[in-house]
Amino acid sequence: MTDAAVEVVEPGLATTIQDRGRSGAYNVGIPPSGALDQSSAVLANLLVGNPAGAAVLEAPYMGPKLAFRGRGAVAVTGGRAKVLINGEERDQWESLEVADGDVLSFGFIEAGARLYVAVAGGFDVPEVLGSRSTYTLGALGGFGGRALAKGDVVPIGAATRFVARRIDDADRPVLAREVELRIVLGLYDYRLSESGLSTLLGTPWQLTPVADRTGFRYAGAQLDFVPRTQPFGAGSDPSNIVDAGYPIGSIQVPSGSEPIILHRDAVSGGGYAMVGTVISTDMDIVGQSAPATVTTLTTVTLDEAVQARRDRGARLAALAEGLA
Amino acid sequence: MTTTELPAQARYSWGADEHLVVQIAEDMSLSAFFRAGAISSRLAERAIDGVLDICPANASLLIRFDPEVLAPADLEAAVREIEADVARQERPSISTRIVEIPVWYDDPYTREVGAKFRDRHQRPEGTDLEYGMVELGLSSVDEFIEKHSSTPWMVSMVGFVAGLPFMFQMVDQADYAFELPKYLRPRTETPKLTVGHGGCFACIYSVKGAGGYQMFGVTPLPIFDPSQGHEVFADSMVLFRPGDIVKFRPVDEAEYRELEAAAERGEDVYRIVPVDFELDEFLADPVAYNTNLLGALHD
Repeated sequence: MTDAAVEVVEPGLATTIQDRGRSGAYNVGIPPSGALDQSSAVLANLLVGNPAGAAVLEAPYMGPKLAFRGRGAVAVTGGRAKVLINGEERDQWESLEVADGDVLSFGFIEAGARLYVAVAGGFDVPEVLGSRSTYTLGALGGFGGRALAKGDVVPIGAATRFVARRIDDADRPVLAREVELRIVLGLYDYRLSESGLSTLLGTPWQLTPVADRTGFRYAGAQLDFVPRTQPFGAGSDPSNIVDAGYPIGSIQVPSGSEPIILHRDAVSGGGYAMVGTVISTDMDIVGQSAPATVTTLTTVTLDEAVQARRDRGARLAALAEGLA
Repeated sequence: MTTTELPAQARYSWGADEHLVVQIAEDMSLSAFFRAGAISSRLAERAIDGVLDICPANASLLIRFDPEVLAPADLEAAVREIEADVARQERPSISTRIVEIPVWYDDPYTREVGAKFRDRHQRPEGTDLEYGMVELGLSSVDEFIEKHSSTPWMVSMVGFVAGLPFMFQMVDQADYAFELPKYLRPRTETPKLTVGHGGCFACIYSVKGAGGYQMFGVTPLPIFDPSQGHEVFADSMVLFRPGDIVKFRPVDEAEYRELEAAAERGEDVYRIVPVDFELDEFLADPVAYNTNLLGALHD
């Protein structure tokens, strides 16, 4: 614990503290939480000399305005927005020194959906169930279990040595208005008719404004389910199942329209059939999708999903090595 | 007596690279719940490296894991072995608890919210409680409340949001009365501690928020407390565990307010009694078994 801190001058839209998330409490309905774009959060930490899992700020759509107490270093990654220190434009994806009283602010987000702000030493809030991530629905973790508010003073931990660092363009995420997500089919996909399945995979989906840490809802075609006499307890709609656990990244299609991809603050279960799951690596892309993003789904095997995850881990490790 | 035959083998499926879903049966039954629970506990006992979360659900279970620590094929092999082992077990039983939950049925909070969302409801006139009464073919709301609160319910899943219990009525499957549709479109608002019902499941909303279940009343006793202020939350911020048996007890406004204030002061207002539950004995004669079971609440 140091005296270093940031004071929240303007909170942004829904700025929360996040890290890599928590495990072991999903069975009582407490989801993993953690940064929706894990790569950007990790890279922000690496830039300021933090361990990959230090707590960062996640700011959707509109960044906060923060005043620094004490000297330190800060880095901004994730979506693209103008970064300003004392009103002067600075670079994203680069570690920036800040002095006592300096004010960090942002322009409107120009691409992507979420900014990540790391400070050297990490945001020093208590761990709850093994993580500093905020789960707002359960009012736990992060800063008082809620999004930041004007006037909050968030403590910063003791920093390790600080060296100026930068992430090259080639190593930053691609922020596009048209994206492809890799999914593994399964779970209750047998409930979709053949035409329902080919519509799911063969048509583009457009992200609606209903897109937050809980889930992302997409508009597009209507999907047919195989008709059946519903099993006891499942509910009458063909898209209903006996309420079951929901994987993070799983895709449900209530009543056959507007598929929802669950993200890291997901409700842990419910009664809609899931027809597949976005691979963990591509959940970063979901996290950076802004409303109206055109999205297509392609299938990969479980082995390919695990390989993609290993590849991402190796890329991040190599970057960490290079920055050390 | 109807007993529910479970499929010979569960259906295994992958939620991409981080989740394995094991579907015991498509239908809800206590037998399916017990099997999912037994597999979950045995898997937890093994403490396999790389298993992050084990979530027993009503008739299935979800396992969240790190595929870089635990290969998917190894996880599947371990679970299949446990499944076969559990299926051979002759007498499913658990050491559990009965938890009495006071309910102020037909309260003004759920009435008000219910009235606000009538355009999303099957029956725009009246309350959700009256809808339940009509759907079940009963002649009065009191009769509905009596039916809802006289038999116990088993917590068959905890989740959706933090600490919310899904509960399955403990009766012979052929006598199962409480199947009710959910709202046509979910509400954006539900009072905290609302006692709800959707499909075949009763629930208690642990926090204020969205919801699609019918609303029948509110309980004064918190069931989720991240600050762990009250002694009942000393070990866990969540009151309920799968397998808990819940008995609703109707209370009037005066008692609701008293209990709410007493819980707030940290007084010991939770009535929780340990019991053993034997599934086969229950299935053989649910009515007699429940009478015995509920006797434990008042010993």
